Amino acid sequence: MENSFIKALAEIVGAEYTLSDPESLACYGYDSTPELQSRPGVVVLPKCTEEIARVMALCDGSGIRVTPRGSGTNLSGGSISFDAGVVLQTSRMNRILEIDEENLTATVETGVITSALHREVEAKGLFYPPDPGSMNISTMGGNVAENSGGLRGLKYGVTDDYVMGLKTVLANGDILKTGGKMVKDVAGYNLNQLLVSSEGTLGVFSEVTVKLIPKPQTKKTMLVHFPQLEQAALTVSHIIAARIIPATLEFLDRTTIKCVEDYAKVGLPLDVDAVLLIEVDGHPAQVEEDAAGIREICERHHCSFFQTAASPEEALKLATARRVALSALARVRPTTILEDATVPRSCIAPMVKLIQDTAKKYDLLIGTFGHAGDGNLHPTCLTDERNPDEIKRAHQAFGEIFEATIAIGGTITGEHGVGVAKKKYLPKLVGESGLRVMRGIKGAFDPRGTLNPGKIF
Amino acid sequence: MDYVKLINCMRCGMCLPHCPTYKETFLETASPRGRVALVRKFQDGELVESEKFLEYVSLCLDCQACASACPCGVNAGELVAEFRCERKNEKGLSLMEDMVLRKLVPHPDRLEAATAPLRLYQKTGLQKVVRSLGLLKMFPEALGRMEGLLPKLPDAPLRQTIKEVTPAVGKEKGTAGFFLGCVMSLIFSEASLATVTLLSALGYKVVTPKDQKCCGAPNMLGHDMEGLKDAARFNTDLFESHDLDFVVTDCGGCGAELKKYGHHLDGEEGATTFSAKVRDISEVLAGEAGALKELLKPLPLKVTYHDACHIAHCQGIRSQPRTLINLIPGIDFRELPEADACCGSAGTYNIEKPEMSDRVLSRKVLNVQKTGADYLVTSNPGCLLQLKKALSEATPPVKVIHLTELLQMSMNA
Ligand SMILES: Cc1cc2nc3c(=O)[nH]c(=O)nc-3n(C[C@H](O)[C@H](O)[C@H](O)COP(=O)(O)OP(=O)(O)OC[C@H]3O[C@@H](n4cnc5c(N)ncnc54)[C@H](O)[C@@H]3O)c2cc1C
Ligand code: SF4
Ligand code: SF4
Repeated sequence: MENSFIKALAEIVGAEYTLSDPESLACYGYDSTPELQSRPGVVVLPKCTEEIARVMALCDGSGIRVTPRGSGTNLSGGSISFDAGVVLQTSRMNRILEIDEENLTATVETGVITSALHREVEAKGLFYPPDPGSMNISTMGGNVAENSGGLRGLKYGVTDDYVMGLKTVLANGDILKTGGKMVKDVAGYNLNQLLVSSEGTLGVFSEVTVKLIPKPQTKKTMLVHFPQLEQAALTVSHIIAARIIPATLEFLDRTTIKCVEDYAKVGLPLDVDAVLLIEVDGHPAQVEEDAAGIREICERHHCSFFQTAASPEEALKLATARRVALSALARVRPTTILEDATVPRSCIAPMVKLIQDTAKKYDLLIGTFGHAGDGNLHPTCLTDERNPDEIKRAHQAFGEIFEATIAIGGTITGEHGVGVAKKKYLPKLVGESGLRVMRGIKGAFDPRGTLNPGKIF
Repeated sequence: MDYVKLINCMRCGMCLPHCPTYKETFLETASPRGRVALVRKFQDGELVESEKFLEYVSLCLDCQACASACPCGVNAGELVAEFRCERKNEKGLSLMEDMVLRKLVPHPDRLEAATAPLRLYQKTGLQKVVRSLGLLKMFPEALGRMEGLLPKLPDAPLRQTIKEVTPAVGKEKGTAGFFLGCVMSLIFSEASLATVTLLSALGYKVVTPKDQKCCGAPNMLGHDMEGLKDAARFNTDLFESHDLDFVVTDCGGCGAELKKYGHHLDGEEGATTFSAKVRDISEVLAGEAGALKELLKPLPLKVTYHDACHIAHCQGIRSQPRTLINLIPGIDFRELPEADACCGSAGTYNIEKPEMSDRVLSRKVLNVQKTGADYLVTSNPGCLLQLKKALSEATPPVKVIHLTELLQMSMNA
């Protein structure tokens, strides 16, 4: 990267926040995606919308590509610059601008960490439901860009369901405001929703206004053991069929349970096929009724143990166990390849079975956990990147798993985005016309292809 | 360096919000994940040991908060320290380091003699004169900072004044060995006396071998593995020659180091047995909570607790000190926000990296003020030094004491 260009960037964001030494570049060449790495040309950490706009205008004019980055926790390679361009990181933009208790909205800069927003709004008796497993690290901007889901997705939906307004810097530096605090707004195309899950390819979000809801009065957390996988999966379907919608309905298989227990020591059983982590929340009477209904269904499906958290601390401990599942799996082997296959929830049992059979066929260790309630599974292959043969088999296995997912009406990603990692599966999923429309949209927002090149398509 | 330890990092970022230097800078290079990446790239030959590189790896406080947070079992701080150590071994110790680490620290007599002028300096009132005239500004910066941190020193180091055997009060339950620790003995002898008093009041005979040497932590910090091993062998032999049920220390840093002797000496049997006997004083006292409660009288104080890194992250001791504080009748215990975040002291970090140390410290002070406590309790001499200074200057000032001092206060109330 040319020195004069770096100087020009430094004039905008300050020399201290324009990083071009080889060490810094090495540290911004990865995110949480396994196997993917590259080195950007320069990294900038702007402080405000204005600075982002000037960086974008400069880059767009000079033909230099820009990759937005929050905390770099995504799992699809979305925040890696593969063409030695600019990485634009938002972590310094971390102010919560407003919590509007009359309109039930919060407006934040996009570098705000998700759990920081949770803390602030919950202190006011309000609730921002999206809670990705990475919420202690991920930024709101990253969540919007990936349309992140979380443990509460089943009842409360995902990030998309809460984004009301966005301030977005377009590729050429123009600032676009979409949506706002209005509950209803049907003027023209719904650009807000289009921008959510755009993975940094349509614009850089600098501010987001999200919808808040009242904090549920109470909740109850349950942990249920199943000696047999099929019974656990059937339980999931039957809870939903009984018209009970838990806030959380999470699934861990045997491999995952063992790893989590090794790390978190929360007393998970080591001799069962699956556990379900279930949380119901809301009005106390409703919570009691739902919990009783769930217990009855679990027992009908031969659960071997049914535990209800006695205190909020215990509930938190159980939920934490699920939250660290991915990282705990990584203890076993150095390279964890995590996937994001999502199927209609009635297909969970055959899907998990298929994953296990495929693992056996390719002689691989695959742990599966995920948001069973919404059909979003994370089969996670435990490998060692220094073993090319094993890595090859892992990719073959996932190829087969995705074929099957698409065949039964599922999708290749439920929450992690396409990025680079899932590009090859997209055409099969959306077809020619789908791709054409998506490309057209990209061209309308970013005619010169400045933003996050090589992602999605 | 074990390469597998480096590739175990899956770059999930779970450690980022726990790293004090990341929280201050938001820079990936100042994060655990980034530090692992830097060391790995060095091993891969993709980065060289440039000035910047050294600056980045030396900004790590080695507080090990990242280790507590990492679900994959990666310990970024330790990896960085190990890396620095290996590089150092290739280059050898400097003359000054050799002098301090090999000729001064391992010999308690010399160390105590070396600090004698300081005691004199404080005693004669010279310190007051120097401070009030602002002469400190004339010292080289590092020395000035060190001087500024020192509280009033006791008349003599505890090692010289304590009896080798302190008998148990009442029926004897067992024998505890007491590992003094240089800084505790030199500067916080009153807290260590409280430790011995508590143990003896609970029925333990306390043996304090006079010949004991420094635990070796300074050698570790100075990347001097050989010196560390010498210290480990010496102390192991010395303590194992007494008939002890356990070995107790009230210094978090010493405790963490002593518990690692087995590892440092590659699993030598004596060292492993010794390490297994080492307890932090809070572990021993929490095990005696019932008996201790009988001895405690009401203290109507607002108290908060700072988890020293060497206690919480290195030894995994979190609940015991809190349990003990709450044993005191009438105490108003207030949890400290970010209680287990480093205070910025970190060995000699506060002298070597004053700017970052101050930033980390200011955050701690702010958090302490949020609690409204009038006493801050902690159990590591580095934290005591750093926090005593900062909190005596805060408005309103907050008193900083060792856990055993608080318990003794309640016993004497
Ligand atoms: C342990 C772990 C658990 C996880 N659990 C979940 C989970 O439960 N649910 C889930 O959905 N995901 C999960 N993820 C994935 C990841 O955390 C999310 O995708 C998250 O939203 C990424 O946020 P980030 O701030 O790290 O963004 P980054 O990873 O930095 O970026 C993600 C994408 O967003 C773009 N981007 C970032 N900021 C902006 C901005 N301001 N404007 C425009 N584009 C931007 C980037 O270009 C990139 O394409 C998990 C990841 C890990 C490591
Ligand atoms: S050090 Fe541990 S917590 Fe941090 S990124 Fe690596 S694996 Fe994750
Ligand atoms: S040891 Fe402390 S400062 Fe160093 S990387 Fe870990 S958390 Fe950060």
